[in-house]
Amino acid sequence: MIYQGKQKIWSDYQKEIPDDHWFYVRSCIRQNFFPASEKYFLGICRDMLGKDIYETEHHTTCGGIAYHSDTIPQETAMTIVARQFALMTEAGYENLVASCITSFGNYTETLETWHEFPELEERIRENLWKACRREFKKPRYVAHASDLIYKFRGEIAARAKYQLVDRESGEPLRVVEHIGCHYSKMFPHKGVGGAEYPCVLSGMAEAWGGKVIDYPERRHCCGFGFRQYLVKANRGYSVSNTHKKFESMEPFHPDLIITNCPGCPYFLDRWQYVISEMTGKTYGENGYGIPVLTYEELAGLVLGIDPWDLGLQIHQVAVEPLLNKMGVPYDPETKYLGLDRKDIMKPGLPTFLKCC
Amino acid sequence: MAKKLRKKYISSGPMPVPKWENVLVVGAGIAGLEAASQLLSLGYKVTLIDKASYAGGHVASWHKLFPDRTDASSVITGLLSSIAGATLLLSTEILSVHRLGEGFAVVLSGGETLYFKAILLATGFSLFPAEKKEEYGYGVYNQVITNSDLEQWFNEGNDPRINDRKISSVGFVHCVGSRDIKAGNPQCSKVCCITAVKQAIEIKQHFPDAEVWCFYMDLRLFGKKYEDFYISAQKDYGIHFIRGRVSEVSEAIDGEVIVKAEDTLNGRPVKIKLSLLVLMAGIISRNDIQPLAEDLSVMMDSDGFLLSRDNITGITRSQRPGIFYAGTCTGPKTIPESLAEARSAAIDIHNYLRGL
Amino acid sequence: MIPFGFSLSPSSVTDLDKVDTRRYRELLRLEPGAATCIGCGSCSATCTSSAWTGMSVRKVILGLQRGRDVEVDAMLRGCMLCGKCTMVCPRGINTRNLILAAMRISKEDGK
Repeated sequence: MIYQGKQKIWSDYQKEIPDDHWFYVRSCIRQNFFPASEKYFLGICRDMLGKDIYETEHHTTCGGIAYHSDTIPQETAMTIVARQFALMTEAGYENLVASCITSFGNYTETLETWHEFPELEERIRENLWKACRREFKKPRYVAHASDLIYKFRGEIAARAKYQLVDRESGEPLRVVEHIGCHYSKMFPHKGVGGAEYPCVLSGMAEAWGGKVIDYPERRHCCGFGFRQYLVKANRGYSVSNTHKKFESMEPFHPDLIITNCPGCPYFLDRWQYVISEMTGKTYGENGYGIPVLTYEELAGLVLGIDPWDLGLQIHQVAVEPLLNKMGVPYDPETKYLGLDRKDIMKPGLPTFLKCC
Repeated sequence: MAKKLRKKYISSGPMPVPKWENVLVVGAGIAGLEAASQLLSLGYKVTLIDKASYAGGHVASWHKLFPDRTDASSVITGLLSSIAGATLLLSTEILSVHRLGEGFAVVLSGGETLYFKAILLATGFSLFPAEKKEEYGYGVYNQVITNSDLEQWFNEGNDPRINDRKISSVGFVHCVGSRDIKAGNPQCSKVCCITAVKQAIEIKQHFPDAEVWCFYMDLRLFGKKYEDFYISAQKDYGIHFIRGRVSEVSEAIDGEVIVKAEDTLNGRPVKIKLSLLVLMAGIISRNDIQPLAEDLSVMMDSDGFLLSRDNITGITRSQRPGIFYAGTCTGPKTIPESLAEARSAAIDIHNYLRGL
Repeated sequence: MIPFGFSLSPSSVTDLDKVDTRRYRELLRLEPGAATCIGCGSCSATCTSSAWTGMSVRKVILGLQRGRDVEVDAMLRGCMLCGKCTMVCPRGINTRNLILAAMRISKEDGK
């Protein structure tokens, strides 16, 4: 591996990320899977760094899941996107930041499509006007929330309470970074670092003390693939793809996986349980799995936020081995207590995957 | 008819040759050298310039030439000995050109302004920058080199990417940046298939125990004795040929590279670990040719190479009187083709000057 | 196991590092011409039994190169040794000898 070679490629794929004033659009599913990720994204950007990030309750789904599972046509998806742009325009913003990779891909794809086919943009404007009497300006910049955290990685590192370093050995933690396919595989120039060697997550991991693992199936899909998972008959392909990734990363003994997509961490996390039930195999140390975190969760841990406030107890794979390595304190007794100290109940235990 | 023609030719007698005319040959690669030599023997004063500090162009850095494994250096030495009467200006570029009467006033980077009656462009080609195919990891993985790097190693033997590891398996990727619309080069580079076969045999001679694999889209081996060379590679050297384009390259934990392709004849994907991967970077048009072309008012073809008056009967003629082409400035060519074209261009220039 | 209703799919990838090519190497010893196959398919196109049995000299050679011994054995059983493939092979491979050699190797393997 020639690190300078990667840096050279990265320098070709630097996108402009404005410093402030963002219109934030949430993900449909992340608040269920990773309940505190979006909260702490706002916490980091607004409260810690004092940025202006606006969101509105009128925002809806971007239609990405329906679009990518072939249940709505592109024209419908683009009209939904146009409505979000209208909300942004009405609120007086020009920079759009999406929490979800598929939304980011959807917004980018829509803008690129309009760029190539301006007549389509006109038709969508007409559709939107007929549907809800709204008008919009196109955003000047579209970013994914991980782009912002990447941009602010230095500020986060400067305030870090914990490092991605094994407290006992002093060695950097081995980090697998997994980029959502819709981040830069469609439009390499829209992602930090391009499609082959994206650096949006590796940049965070390195800034916070970790060491990124370059394993052979690094570019491979997490296994979600929309129709692969959504149609039950295809679900075997979904888990097989995830299995392929784990088999490939296993020899590198990763300490954690960091992701920037709603689907990837979900599947990389939950499928570890399914694979263990199917094959009896686990991929972490001592029967545990490999903890899978969103970039906001990882930023939160680094900044010293309580792991249970970050919602890490919702993960299938136990995060305790990672917390122990980083030296992050946690109270096992409060793991399954909600914010109001209400018992949220302990989950059942898998056959093979050690969970606590 | 034939008799009549012959009579006419004889009766008109030999035409007087204008021996005082100056001809400028741009590019001292094999085509430029050969054309200069022919023009000299026809009685012209020849000035031969090259941007590089050495003569011989790409061939000068090559080791052996297909199909007879001729020494590249012997070809250059032979050509250089035949241009003894020419003015050879190395490290010299054209600064500007002005049409003056029937000729050209040319300002050279050395500061001198010279007058020429005809200009021959033998400006050659660029090798496709292999790092542009990011998925192959040239410049990112130590195990990935180009055809040109390998020739240099055959010549000098000091490339750590080859010397510092045990070479047990070697792959050749055909068509890197050739026949690749996305890379901007739809043209076939013509010489890479046979070069890959040649280099595969040479690698096998250096490392007899290594398994050698060629990954090709089509094998385009068209020249004299090329097929014999191919059969010998299969039969005498046991080189494996897989019909399938390499899709991506990644690094394995043991420092080898993992290559993925489809074994299309078998209808299945394949993967293999290799200690060395050689990318057959193709012939593309020179990226710096445009300013010169504009200065001379010659046009470029849709493939970026210089536009000939006619691709069948007038390949050595530009659309401007007094400006001629030879060699790979009009498209990928083998060495014998370039040499033949250089001779043809010399005759073309001779006829042109005689008719002025 | 928990009845998920789906399972891990077997991979179709040929891992060239793990393929057992012992049979192919033995074939090369008995019929070196096998190495010069260019996969043109003339042999299969002209084969008397191909349409009924799936026999294909091209696929026999490729199958042995990729360690697909079971499929090769099934194909070989379809050959009637008529020799038409020998007549059409542009590389002049002695396909009769090749087939007999492949059958002998297969028989010695006891498969």
